[in-house]
Amino acid sequence: MNPVVPITDSYRSGPDDSGHFGIFGGRFVAETLMPLILEVNQAWQQYRNDENYLADIKYYAEHYVGRPSPLYFAKRLTEHLDGAKIYFKRDELNHTGSHKINNTLGQILLARRMKKHRIIAETGAGQHGVAAATVCALFDLPCVVYMGETDIERQAPNVFRMKLLGTEVVPVTSGTATLKDAMNEALRDWVANVEDTFYIIGTCAGPHPYPEMVREFQSIIGRETRDQIMQYENRLPDVLVACIGGGSNSIGLFHPFLDESSVQIIGVEAGGLGIDTGQHAASLTGGQPGVLHGNRTYLLQNADGQIRDAYSISAGLDYPGIGPEHSWLHEQGRIEYVSVTDQEALEAFQVCCRTEGIIPALEPSHALAHVIKIAPTMSRDQIIVMNMCGRGDKDVFAVAEALGETL
Amino acid sequence: MTERLETRFEALKKEGRAGLVTFITAGDPNPETSLEILNGLPGAGADIIELGMPFSDPMADGPAIQLSSQRALNNGASMIRTLDMVNSFRERDDATPIILMGYFNPIYRYGPQRFLDDAISIGVDGLIIVDLPPEEDDELCHACLTAGLNWIRLTTPASDNNRISSVLRNSSGFVYHVAITGITGTRSAEIGELEATVKRIRTQTSLPIAVGFGVRSQSQVRDIGRFADAVVVGSALVNTVKSALEKKLTKRQIASKVHDFVTELATGLR
Repeated sequence: MNPVVPITDSYRSGPDDSGHFGIFGGRFVAETLMPLILEVNQAWQQYRNDENYLADIKYYAEHYVGRPSPLYFAKRLTEHLDGAKIYFKRDELNHTGSHKINNTLGQILLARRMKKHRIIAETGAGQHGVAAATVCALFDLPCVVYMGETDIERQAPNVFRMKLLGTEVVPVTSGTATLKDAMNEALRDWVANVEDTFYIIGTCAGPHPYPEMVREFQSIIGRETRDQIMQYENRLPDVLVACIGGGSNSIGLFHPFLDESSVQIIGVEAGGLGIDTGQHAASLTGGQPGVLHGNRTYLLQNADGQIRDAYSISAGLDYPGIGPEHSWLHEQGRIEYVSVTDQEALEAFQVCCRTEGIIPALEPSHALAHVIKIAPTMSRDQIIVMNMCGRGDKDVFAVAEALGETL
Repeated sequence: MTERLETRFEALKKEGRAGLVTFITAGDPNPETSLEILNGLPGAGADIIELGMPFSDPMADGPAIQLSSQRALNNGASMIRTLDMVNSFRERDDATPIILMGYFNPIYRYGPQRFLDDAISIGVDGLIIVDLPPEEDDELCHACLTAGLNWIRLTTPASDNNRISSVLRNSSGFVYHVAITGITGTRSAEIGELEATVKRIRTQTSLPIAVGFGVRSQSQVRDIGRFADAVVVGSALVNTVKSALEKKLTKRQIASKVHDFVTELATGLR
């Protein structure tokens, strides 16, 4: 059961009123954006504990998204690795195929209460874009998704999905034409459309209150996991593992367990071609603190403070920053952050397909690659929970190409 | 506080006209051309110079200024080179105020105190750091004011009177009013509405008020100059650099194009 942890000793008490997790987080935005950020924060503080609002989220989470997602004992993988018991939190079974809809649902229900009539979002791999487009169709709100031109080329199926859902996908050609530039463009749209627009940010980054708000919407993953593992095993897991791009699925799984000292928590960043090559997306392993997109956090950057491009085989992890709460937890030493290369993730992807009949997204394949490393070193009565945060249908073309197959 | 700004605004008042603030990006399109452009600005009619410190992700700026940042960065722009540029300018002109405009991350990496020390010693007069709102004043604003540099902030059409008063607290030098809701270099403001907003801000401050964003022609400069203390032109100038580059003009020719345009704008205020 919950040990009583004094609030000051808690890893779960952040952010403070100004949105800081230690030195990380904050509201580093232009004055043009400030009134909007303050308005979102006011609405968020007003509704976050509102019964009606929470009941709305719960209704759609159950009836539309399909929550709770199963906590599944991966028996064959466990036998294959011959070590700790491995459970998957199956958020890939959500409607739209990833955890992203937990967040877009919470944000659009807030936007409706704020009487905002137009939604904008950024997307990298397209998973968040699809999740935003989906709830916009559901609630009949026009939606504009900004997406880097480079990403549009490599994620064609998701671009078409968004179009089918009635969303306008705007190609972003500025900068490096990837996720960070899509976020810049979405912010520019927002300041130009102050009155009627709500910006649904897809990860636990950005100016306060976004990191906190997104974490709260995604924490359903960890809360369910906690109930489910108590039911199946009558104890907490020994290790939690999740992949990290911006960090929303991982903070969602981790947050409810942060004050459980018996639970070891591991975040897995995208190591790309290897940290030494500079071609990676591992902001904590290979970056330094800086300020971008409204918050202070670890960033990939050069010595002059210019933001560097991230690289990963997984477009969903391909972001040069990370949510500020992760930066804080990293410096506190509460969470261990490791990295996994493209190659290791590809191997894990194939192991999962063959042993469990689950085609995972390339993002959680990174988490799985780390599970494959540590499970055999643990005893059979220990438990690992890994967040299977997305399904791999969207990635089959990228995987085929990487394996040298022509479809 | 450095006095060039105050002196310049007093002189403008005596002349009975608004000042012209010209924005260019340091190092755009390359270090040599950029310095040539900078050096000629006062002669062409610029009263105050706003020099952009290039950043890879200028989220409050439009495509024109973002492209100018990219041109500069592609040709080796860096914080040290930006400061060197101001230093060379100061050797020939000790009267024209220079404001550095940019985003916080390059300063954060350079070291905020080191940046302030260097900026003061080479003759910078003020800073506009786009992504440091009053909520983040502990990052640089307090140290900046203590060091004697002006801290210039933006007000916007969306700022209500409460917000304006938070923005004005710890502001100095002048107030930069953003004419439109949006980013630099896009649509232009409706002049009557703009004048009313500037009047509203005046009731809350005695600082001079400069107006910018979406200002690109002599007639707009003239209209805004009737009620503002200064008018800022930025994207239109960096677009001049861009089109001169596309015509493959020489360094001197690019600088002349920019200077000719500045003179045309300045005429609107005289």
